[in-house]
Amino acid sequence: MSPRRLRRFGPPLALGMALLLLWQAATLYLNIQDWLLPSPLQILQAGWQARGVMGPHVWQTIQETVIGFALALLAGLTLGMSIDYSHWLRRALYPLLVLSQTVPVIAIAPLLVIWFGYGILPKVLVVGLVCFFPIVVSTADGLRSADPDQIALLRTMGASRSDVFRLIRLPGALPSVFTGIKVGITYSVVGAIMGEWVGSSRGLGVFMLRATNAFRTDWVFVSIAITAALSVLLFGLVNLVERILLGWYYASRRTEEWAEVS
Amino acid sequence: MTQQALISVRNVSKAFSVEGRLVQAVDNVSLQAREREFVALIGPSGCGKSTLLNLIAGLMEPDQGEIALRGDRQTERLGRIGYMPQRDGLLPWRRLLENVTLGPEVMRRDLPAVREQALALLPLFGLQGFERSYPHELSGGMRQRAALLRTLLCEQEVVLLDEPFGALDALTRRTMRDWLLGIWERFQRTMLLVTHDVDEALLLSDRIYVLTPRPGRVALEIDVPLPRPRHEGLLNDPLFASSRESILTALREHDG
Repeated sequence: MSPRRLRRFGPPLALGMALLLLWQAATLYLNIQDWLLPSPLQILQAGWQARGVMGPHVWQTIQETVIGFALALLAGLTLGMSIDYSHWLRRALYPLLVLSQTVPVIAIAPLLVIWFGYGILPKVLVVGLVCFFPIVVSTADGLRSADPDQIALLRTMGASRSDVFRLIRLPGALPSVFTGIKVGITYSVVGAIMGEWVGSSRGLGVFMLRATNAFRTDWVFVSIAITAALSVLLFGLVNLVERILLGWYYASRRTEEWAEVS
Repeated sequence: MTQQALISVRNVSKAFSVEGRLVQAVDNVSLQAREREFVALIGPSGCGKSTLLNLIAGLMEPDQGEIALRGDRQTERLGRIGYMPQRDGLLPWRRLLENVTLGPEVMRRDLPAVREQALALLPLFGLQGFERSYPHELSGGMRQRAALLRTLLCEQEVVLLDEPFGALDALTRRTMRDWLLGIWERFQRTMLLVTHDVDEALLLSDRIYVLTPRPGRVALEIDVPLPRPRHEGLLNDPLFASSRESILTALREHDG
C-alpha cells in the first residue's frame, strides 16, 4: 500500500479489526450463548458452510439490485432533466416527487406484491423507488447550477439551446449527478431485501427471515455481512466509474485543496 | 468619419428592475467602431460597461435606440460578435486545446483544421506544450491568453474584451498589455475593450469613449494621437500626457 492509501484506509481498518477482536474476546470470556451473539469466527465458519445454500439467494438479490438500480438511474435522469427543461414541469413535478418520499416504501411493497405477484418485478420496483429520488434531485440541481457567464459566452458563439445543454450544462452537472447516484446505490441492496421480506421464495432477505425463524443467529449475521459487502462493492464500482469519467473534477479539487494549504 | 462603421450603437438606453426599482444602466449612448479599429470604453464601476457589451454582443436588446452591424440593424448579432468575458470562462472539464476550439465546434466548422490552426498559434499565446492541460493547471495570465485565443479562433468580425486583465496582478497585467498590442497588430480584428485603466486604454486603442457612472453616458470621445506601432516608452510622450489629462478630467467631473 502506498503511504497515501495507508493514511486513508489504515485507521478504519485498524479500528474495525480492533472491534472484531473485542467482539471475539467478549463472546469467549463472557460466555455468551451462540444463539444470542455468535463470535466473528463462528460467523465466518457458518458462512463457509452455508455457501452452497446461499449462492442462489445472493445471486437473486444481486439481480434485483442491479436491474432495479438501472431502472432508477434511467427514471432519475429522465425526471431530473424534465424538471430542468421546463419551469412548468419543475413546478408540477418537484412537490409531487418530494411528497412521494414521505410514503414509506415498506408500505408500498405489499401493494406491489398484490399487483405484480411474487416474481422479480415487485423487488425491482422497490429498489427503483428507494434509489431514484436522490438521482432526480442531484440531476435537476446539477443542471441548474451551470455558470450563467459560460452560457452567455456560448450564446455569443451562436450556440443553440441544445448546444448549451450538451457542451455546458450536462458535463457541468455530472459531479452532482454522481453524488446522487452514490447516495442511491447505498440504499439499493437494502431496498431489494425489503422487497424480498414482503413476499419471495429466494433472495438474501428470504434467507435472513428463515435464519431468524430458526434461531440461526450466525446465518443472520452472515446475511448482514454479505449485504454490507454488496453495498460497498457497488459503491466502489460507481466511485471507479466516476473517477474515470470525472478525472478533471478530482484533479481541480486537489489543486484547490493545495491552494488552501499553501 | 468617412469610413462606414462596422458596429454602431445609436442612442441606446437600457434599464433594469432591481428590487422593484427601475435602474437606468445605460442612457442614450452612441458609439461606433470602424473596421480594424481598436476602441476602448473607459469608466468607473457602475457605468454600465458590461450591460453595453451584453447589448452589443446581442445577449440582450436595448429598450431604446439601435445597434447595427455593417449598417444593418436587422442582423442577428449573436454568433457574429466575439466576446471575451471578465472571468476567462474556460470549461474545467476540457483540456486547453478543446477549450480554445470551442467556438468553431459550436459553429460546426472543420475541427481537425481548426485544431491545426490552434496548435500553430499556441507559441504566440505562450501556451506551447500546454495543449493537454486542464484550466486549473494554468496560471491566471495563461488562462486569459487561452480565453483570447478561443475568442479569436471564432473568427468573428468584432471582438469585445470585458476588462480582460482586471483580475491579474499589476506585473502580469503590463506584460499582457504589450502582448495584446502585438496580437492586435497581427490579427487586425476590430476590438472593443472595456477597462478602467487609463494608460491601458491609451496605449492600446485608436479611440476612447469615457463613460459616466449611473446612468452610463458618454462623457467624452477622444482620438488617440499616438503613432503605431506603439510601445511602453510612449507613456512618457507629451501627447500621451495631455490625452491622459483630458480623460482624467472628464472622469473627475462626473465623479460621484
